[in-house]
Amino acid sequence: MTTTPTSPAAPTAERSPRRRPRRHADTERGFSRVFRWVTTSAGVLLLLVLAAVAVFLVERGWGALVASPADLHANGGLPKQYGNLLAFIGPLVFGTVLAAALALLLATPVAVGIALFVSHYAPRRIAGLVGFVIDLLAAIPSVVFGLWGTLTLSPVIAKLWAWIADVLSAILPGTVNATPTGRSLATTSLVLAIMILPIITAVSREVFKQTPRLHEEAALALGATRWEVVRTAVLPFGRSGVISAAMLGLGRALGETMAVLMILSPGLGYSFQIFDAGKHQTIAANIAANFPESAGLEVNTLIATGLALFVITLVVNMAARAIVARRKEFSGAN
Amino acid sequence: MSQRIDVKDLNIYYGDFLAVEGVSMAIEPKSVTAFIGPSGCGKSTFLRTLNRMHEVIPGARVQGKVELEGVDLYGPDIDPVAVRRNVGMVFQRPNPFPTMSIKDNVLAGVKLNNKRIAKSDADELVESSLRGANLWNEVKDRLDKPGSGLSGGQQQRLCIARAIAVKPQVLLMDEPCSALDPISTLAIEDLIQQLKTSYTIVIVTHNMQQAARVSDKTAFFNIAGTGRPGRLIEMDDTSTIFSAPREKATEDYVSGRFG
Repeated sequence: MTTTPTSPAAPTAERSPRRRPRRHADTERGFSRVFRWVTTSAGVLLLLVLAAVAVFLVERGWGALVASPADLHANGGLPKQYGNLLAFIGPLVFGTVLAAALALLLATPVAVGIALFVSHYAPRRIAGLVGFVIDLLAAIPSVVFGLWGTLTLSPVIAKLWAWIADVLSAILPGTVNATPTGRSLATTSLVLAIMILPIITAVSREVFKQTPRLHEEAALALGATRWEVVRTAVLPFGRSGVISAAMLGLGRALGETMAVLMILSPGLGYSFQIFDAGKHQTIAANIAANFPESAGLEVNTLIATGLALFVITLVVNMAARAIVARRKEFSGAN
Repeated sequence: MSQRIDVKDLNIYYGDFLAVEGVSMAIEPKSVTAFIGPSGCGKSTFLRTLNRMHEVIPGARVQGKVELEGVDLYGPDIDPVAVRRNVGMVFQRPNPFPTMSIKDNVLAGVKLNNKRIAKSDADELVESSLRGANLWNEVKDRLDKPGSGLSGGQQQRLCIARAIAVKPQVLLMDEPCSALDPISTLAIEDLIQQLKTSYTIVIVTHNMQQAARVSDKTAFFNIAGTGRPGRLIEMDDTSTIFSAPREKATEDYVSGRFG
């Protein structure tokens, strides 16, 4: 038996103080090294794709960003009533964010409710069935949602919107209009809400299922009812997961094209008349509607609006991360 | 503030599987009763029937009676939620709510059932509960910090503070020291001695020295073999169990010949 001056557990740094060793370098050999390479390249690839999209948007949108308003009016497809490009992008951004925010507002409570039902209330067999149906929703193509929204839902829901608009008109100063066709932002947001329901539900359900049994039993042993167990143990634990889920849903709602294009009667402006037609348009639907007949600078204009959508998505996601990180100390991860 | 428990012919099932058979015992108020026995003998399972925590596992059920001051906890009109408020529980691994501050952890049970509590009353209750759990001096300057930042022993005492804040009659402890170091264990054992002046305490432990140190009565559970139900072999004063037990199996176990 030989004794070495340094035990095997001693950090490498002590043996060769000049060379700063890489983390876990002592445990990396064979497949471990290959695996590190695979995961690192996956991460780098993701960044490259994102960077490529950003470069494309800036490069192809640049023409519209630097063009003079006169040039944009003549060749860039900029409507005459807008003095410059930003004035044109503004209403589009407004319509996009309003539609997505309403959809999120409608979808999140329902999704959390379904997720709790599936994870904590329903008998196992029913829970499986409900989960299956929700997952099925995710498999429906958006063009089908668009068809259903415009042909079936709009005429029916228009009556409900008209009634709500009447009530609101009575309460609020001013008139709330409602279109008899139903092809308003409200209908669009409702369909978007149904479309983002599966992803929010699925992620929330998985997070709620991960609630440590110990925490649920702690609440039960204090004399908590089932709802109180959910309130004290399950929801706080799942909070950051639900926010992440909602952000995934919001991302989809912001970028959804086909359903919006088919349902929403478009119009440009800043308006909260969500039950009226021809008041809003989203960036994605606007691009899809105009792209086939665009050429030259008109394409650049559309891509510049796409750049705006890209920026919105980035900002929304960073805001969500900031919210999640703010109470990290209490997250239960430590 | 402490009540006696009488168990009569209790059979405990997981679905169709009989896990513990025919337990009858009397647990005296203001005393510490320890359950000892080899792993899998059903002592923890039995403990969890005393506050109806057993039945939260799907398919789990009991037959027989558990009486708290003569009232059958499994009677038809009894709300399990009310039982658990009366019979507190401390678990094997410390489980403070990670999303709550130390203070909110102590108040967690009190704030259930939509009870409102004035801020001054709340502060008073937090202090008295933490003092009761011998934790006040260590945490009084960081009541708003998360409970998960405490050491294991402190977390376990926080869980005890949380359990006694709702002023239960009985306190059940399921191997409360098994995840703790010797010094934290000593702190908990001292605390148990103080708590028994006001509560009925039942503790499950794997550590026979601990049972000998803290308890007034000891119950020995055993199991004949895998798949067979656990049984209460004998229950007596702790000194008797450890010096002159009636049963051979008890003597073998406490003298370290098996288990």
